[in-house]
Amino acid sequence: MAKELWKGNEAIAEAAIRAGCRCYFGYPITPQSEIPEYMSLHMPKVGGIFLQSESEVAAINMVYGASGAGARVMTSSSSPGVSLKQEGISYICSAELPAVIVNVMRGGPGLGTIQPAQGDYFQATRGGGHGDYRVIVFAPANIQEVVDLMQDSFELADKYRMPVMMIMDGMIGQMMEPVEWKKPAVKLEDLPAKPWATTGTKGMRAPNVINSLFIDPNASNDHNMRLHAKYQHIIANEQRYETAETEDAELIFVAFGTPARLARAAARLLEEEGIKAGVFRPITIWPYPYDALYEAAAQDSVKAVVTVEMNTGQMIDDVRIAVRGCKPVSFVGQAGGRVPTPQEVAAAARLALGR
Amino acid sequence: MILPEKQITIISGHYGTGKTEFAVNLAIRMAGSNRQTALVDLDIINPYFRSYERCRELESAGVKVYVTSNQGTMDIPALPPDIMSIFVNAGQQSLIDLGGDPVGARVLGYYRPQLEQVDFDFWFVINQRRPENATVEQIRHCLQLTEAMSGRKVTGLINNTHLGRETSAEVLLQGDMFAASVAAELNLPLIYTTVERKFAAELSGHLIGTLFPIDLYMIKPWELSEEKGGHFAWLLEK
Repeated sequence: MAKELWKGNEAIAEAAIRAGCRCYFGYPITPQSEIPEYMSLHMPKVGGIFLQSESEVAAINMVYGASGAGARVMTSSSSPGVSLKQEGISYICSAELPAVIVNVMRGGPGLGTIQPAQGDYFQATRGGGHGDYRVIVFAPANIQEVVDLMQDSFELADKYRMPVMMIMDGMIGQMMEPVEWKKPAVKLEDLPAKPWATTGTKGMRAPNVINSLFIDPNASNDHNMRLHAKYQHIIANEQRYETAETEDAELIFVAFGTPARLARAAARLLEEEGIKAGVFRPITIWPYPYDALYEAAAQDSVKAVVTVEMNTGQMIDDVRIAVRGCKPVSFVGQAGGRVPTPQEVAAAARLALGR
Repeated sequence: MILPEKQITIISGHYGTGKTEFAVNLAIRMAGSNRQTALVDLDIINPYFRSYERCRELESAGVKVYVTSNQGTMDIPALPPDIMSIFVNAGQQSLIDLGGDPVGARVLGYYRPQLEQVDFDFWFVINQRRPENATVEQIRHCLQLTEAMSGRKVTGLINNTHLGRETSAEVLLQGDMFAASVAAELNLPLIYTTVERKFAAELSGHLIGTLFPIDLYMIKPWELSEEKGGHFAWLLEK
């Protein structure tokens, strides 16, 4: 099939429909409003449900309900809207329900700006809601990857019965890029059964119960420990990352999303000056690929590690955990909606190398 | 190269077809031909990738730039009164860069009394590689809705078929053939087939539409490293 030119947000929506999503609940907010707009046009064509809720809080609780009833369900928003969803996400994690949540990030805090940013890294990876829970978080860096990861997101959500988040800065939602639809659309009848879903007993079985309330401390502890074991399994099995020119590099950039592309461009500028810079790009930011990053940073050739982010420095905490002090770690980035230039990123690399 | 003749040229189309890239290029070309030129960023839909972002390049080329709301960065569409001057200044030629889709064309309703008084063209940009722009039926539907929403008839097509950084001569040739058939089907003139400048020599003489060479102004931040000064030199001054 010929490649097509897609806008990030509409590609997210189309990819979700192709991945078998048949329920979408959301509320418009820039820079992700094309997602509900596209869903409103196209979901009815496949017999799905599009519902513009009265608020983001309502949307995430509709996700809880539809997922409990066994639907492939998604919601999307942008930073302030995702803050509103946090309570629901905590409940969904505790109730062990699959869902896909997309955050097309804008500058914060508060109402912030509508321009692109990555200030929700902590919120996504540490949990903006209460309690011991985790969500798998994908951070795609181009529209083809957004499309390719969408089916995986729904599959992992079903497999582990938990939310999978996809976070990207507004630039990825708003820009246009060529897309190839590599995988055939999911057939609903091929999806695995959900024997835990509340689909009605028809008098044939005991009722399924979906719940996040465990009054008895022992039962609550057991529940937490079971979730913890699940998260440990995911940490061991679901890390994803990409490296570019990191072997024998003098400097390693670490970046996710748009800054990874800025870092690649900066690396090319540095190459012209004889500096070999590589880029380590986590694709899952939870679970974070700590060991892979350590291996890259611990190479004898590496003199410095520079994280590039569109915030004031959040992922740098994970980079420091990964690097374990074996190499100096520094930060370059801008927050609040301004995208750094490759030249600024290259300058930070020179500084880190003392040149 | 034939450039617009009317006092006002309105540029519309499905979102993502490249209206803004075309509008910025056309404005700079017109100003370069010693015409008094203005560009009105009348996009009330989208806060990203707007012609206003290239304000500095446009102004240094001699183009007067008008923009909606708070320099185009606010989520609140507002139409400043100075835009009205484009309808009375007969010595100036103005391009209006509308937001995408029929909903983006709705803003023209506000200027209906002014548009009654001046000569204008209303050009509709198409890109065969946009999935909702790939058939005559889809384009006809979008175009008719655009006309209904704006209350104005489209007077010409601009073929801006491309595939971003993966554009090839083949993509451009296919797009040109497609656009010619769409123009015939819709009974509209095909004004230009745009071609990124690096393909211009190769495709010259092979296109049905009039070749309009495009320089890329609406680039992404990471593509800045590929620029060696040029029209983005100011962004790299540090």
